[in-house]
Amino acid sequence: MSASETTHDHADHGTRRGYLIGFLLSAVLTAIPFWLVMNHVIADAQATALAIFAFAFVQIIVHTIFFLHVNTRSEGGWTLMALIFTVVIIAIVISGSLWIMYHLNSNMMPMTAGDMTGH
Amino acid sequence: MTTHADTDIDRDAFYVTEEEHHDADGATALGFWIYLMSDALIFATLFAAYGVLGTSYAGGPAPRQIFELPLVALNTTFLLLSSITFGMAAIDSHAGKVRSTQVWLVITALFGIAFVGVELHEFAGLIAEGATPQRSAFLSAFFTLVGTHGLHVSFGLVWIAVMLVQIGQRGLIPANKRRLMCLGMFWHLLDVVWIGVFTFVYLLGVVR
Repeated sequence: MSASETTHDHADHGTRRGYLIGFLLSAVLTAIPFWLVMNHVIADAQATALAIFAFAFVQIIVHTIFFLHVNTRSEGGWTLMALIFTVVIIAIVISGSLWIMYHLNSNMMPMTAGDMTGH
Repeated sequence: MTTHADTDIDRDAFYVTEEEHHDADGATALGFWIYLMSDALIFATLFAAYGVLGTSYAGGPAPRQIFELPLVALNTTFLLLSSITFGMAAIDSHAGKVRSTQVWLVITALFGIAFVGVELHEFAGLIAEGATPQRSAFLSAFFTLVGTHGLHVSFGLVWIAVMLVQIGQRGLIPANKRRLMCLGMFWHLLDVVWIGVFTFVYLLGVVR
């Protein structure tokens, strides 16, 4: 940090090096899933899906640390607390919706396009 | 703390002006962060809706037929580059360099404009092919999710323009630094949301 910075480090502003590391990591973590999908590297669709999910998960963590500067110290830990709370809610909303609607779908009568036109 | 101190001294220690300023800054950062978390929840519900409706094609086009991954890769590159250029603006603003802060902000805005431009081009192409939001539940959910993200980026661009005016008028005063910090959190969060979009919508759509 330069001399003009006089406040205490309540918010981590990051360094040029930190941003570059974050950028390089996220460039790699973006390029690999695109390469996997565009070149059909893995034959199994499910394995490909799992792989790209894993890369997305890691990249989100990289962005949170290097770009959003979330750590255990910022705002006395409240930033991290709010983030963890939000992540839990997001997980419940998304997985809960998918779970319920998937079961709802499989318990419905099979319906084809022909049924919809009043046949 | 021991209790032997005189009450007058305690009172003096309580009113240190530097502390007050510091607290106000911290409160803004935390408050804005909590707003961003609520914004993340909006996207979570849109992702959930897309997850549920994403395979309901109603006889219309499937993701594999309409998504152009090279275009998405280009857009992802723009947004990723805009994140690091914003980072440079943030660093230079803390070093008190007005000129280079403005230059980095303009570069960030150009990448943002390129992103929105490519996205509008993509949407126009889809609608021309007949893949409109009205066509199927999949397309409704797709346009809502990706469109909401695009709107956020567009508002971020407006904010960058306002920020440039404010820095131009007042320089890097503490208030402007605080605004720039909030803008940075907003901009970087949009990049995080985009990771979810290109993975769950575009890549998964083509794989499926």
